[in-house]
Amino acid sequence: METNERNGSSPAGQGASEGAKVRVENLDFWYGANHVLKDVSLDIRANEVTAFIGPSGCGKSTLLRCLNRMNELIPDTRLEGRVLIDGRDIYRNADPVMVRRRIGMVFQKPNPFPKTIFENVIWGARVNGYKGDEADLVETCLRKAALWEEVKDRLHAQAYGLSGGQQQRLCIARTLAVAPDVVLMDEPASALDPIATAKLEETILQLKERYTIIIVTHNMQQAGRISDRTAFFYMGELIEADATEQLFTRPSRKRTEDYITGRFG
Amino acid sequence: MADSQQISTGAKTGAHADLAVNMLHSPKERAVEYALGFCALVSVLTTLGIAAVLLVESLHFFAEVSIVEFLTETRWTPQFIDKHFGIWPLLSGTLLVTVIAALVALPIGLMSAIFIAEYAPERVRKVLKPGLELLAGIPTVVYGYFALTFVTPLLQTFVPGLNIYNALSAGIVVGVMIIPMVSSLSEDAIRAVPRSLAEGAYALGATRIEVVLRVMVPGAVSGIVASFILALSRAIGETMIVTLAAGAMPNLTANPAESVQTMTAFIVNVSLGDTPQGTVEFYSLFAVGLVLFLMTLSMNFLANLIIRRYRERY
Ligand SMILES: Nc1ncnc2c1ncn2[C@@H]1O[C@H](COP(=O)(O)OP(=O)(O)OP(=O)(O)O)[C@@H](O)[C@H]1O
Ligand SMILES: [Mg+2]
Repeated sequence: METNERNGSSPAGQGASEGAKVRVENLDFWYGANHVLKDVSLDIRANEVTAFIGPSGCGKSTLLRCLNRMNELIPDTRLEGRVLIDGRDIYRNADPVMVRRRIGMVFQKPNPFPKTIFENVIWGARVNGYKGDEADLVETCLRKAALWEEVKDRLHAQAYGLSGGQQQRLCIARTLAVAPDVVLMDEPASALDPIATAKLEETILQLKERYTIIIVTHNMQQAGRISDRTAFFYMGELIEADATEQLFTRPSRKRTEDYITGRFG
Repeated sequence: MADSQQISTGAKTGAHADLAVNMLHSPKERAVEYALGFCALVSVLTTLGIAAVLLVESLHFFAEVSIVEFLTETRWTPQFIDKHFGIWPLLSGTLLVTVIAALVALPIGLMSAIFIAEYAPERVRKVLKPGLELLAGIPTVVYGYFALTFVTPLLQTFVPGLNIYNALSAGIVVGVMIIPMVSSLSEDAIRAVPRSLAEGAYALGATRIEVVLRVMVPGAVSGIVASFILALSRAIGETMIVTLAAGAMPNLTANPAESVQTMTAFIVNVSLGDTPQGTVEFYSLFAVGLVLFLMTLSMNFLANLIIRRYRERY
């Protein structure tokens, strides 16, 4: 696995491989005149956890939000290049609503709706015209998010009564209810304590079987624990992307090494 | 809870003498505190004073006219020889105008709030919001003449039998007048809904209208209801437009094409007229004022109730 040709990992040599779940091709992104992503090309494989790391402000969140077209909700932004999911361009001849149904997102701060736990999970499914058994779907999604045991007796209690970690797993359940293939997570554990974080990481590892996961994290140990591949960004550029173990033990670029050994950022 | 209690008992026992020096009791802090308290007191006392005057003067009225007559009689004819003092014609006039105003202002106000908050591009918003708020700056007498000399003739072209003074035209124009109040306050409420909720909904594949109707508006419902009630209180208390355009004929009717007199318009007429002080007509002014006051008071009460109920849910 680690040694196949797809790991050729110099930034220029991100050879776009066949069968990538998500492919980013020569992506540039601007907030107004601020050029924050510079010619990023990257392949994300199916059923793997890919971690984005890099110093604050390097564009990790921006890239993540480009992958499900959340950035176009911000006025005065511009994007060039292509993003493909299963070979389909998500920016041309595509409806952002349909894109977001296939590529779900979990945010840095848990943001459940001010509704009950049940209503939170079913919300996105209802909006998307789900016609099946709601109780079934809610249970399935809460189980996948490893939250079922903790909330099964109070599904109709307010979501705001949950702890931060539980709220974050509720947000994951809510995302899964829409049946995406890819789940984006932007520092999902940054508001959580170590125990809740461990629980969340466990959940992510379980989800990998069925979903493709991309996670932004500032926590190098976390990236090491849960990700199969890691991409390192610096000032809007993708410096290096490789198998996580490889990147952390034998980074091919000096900047990556400096960052992961804590010499800057 | 337990922690803060411990801390406060610690301070009381003076365990840390230097920390116990209370800056809040320095003369300067105290002067500020008294000045602020005085201002708050002035506004409370003013309100209480007005209520007291209304109540006391109304007692003179109710000494001569029984409350039963006031509440059951269907004629209001203080200036006639055959005097009747039933509040219903004035009350119905006020309610009719207010209902028409609400039908105009609440939907338009709310929809423009939604448009400005969620749909309008930045450039449009920058023009639209101050533009709408400008409506609130137009003197009501201008609205009144606008109703009488423009809206009524316009309506007469397609509403047959429309009186020159009528509730419809006055109600519509009062509605226009309170649109900015509804839209501006509702828009603030919608914008105050955390952006993260809207983003969460978008990320679940919701369309814009779904985000607006299922997340933003429910999240802002207490502010929206508050804006409705404030605007309606304003409509109930509106005087100039109804005096000019709705007429001076106390009339128990639900027909918007007819001339009606509202409570406020009656108060204006009697205040401006040569009604001698001390007569029952004169005192009727205060009784009507009291009803008006009780109405707006109960509306505010209702608003608070609704807001609190929804707060629990959202
Ligand atoms: N909504 C926005 N409008 C304008 N500029 C933005 C916006 N969001 C981010 N930026 C800018 O884009 C650059 C990249 O930001 P981004 O949030 O993608 O960084 P990040 O790598 O996620 O950082 P962090 O680790 O702190 O979350 C930053 O310089 C930031 O100031
Ligand atoms: Mg970020």
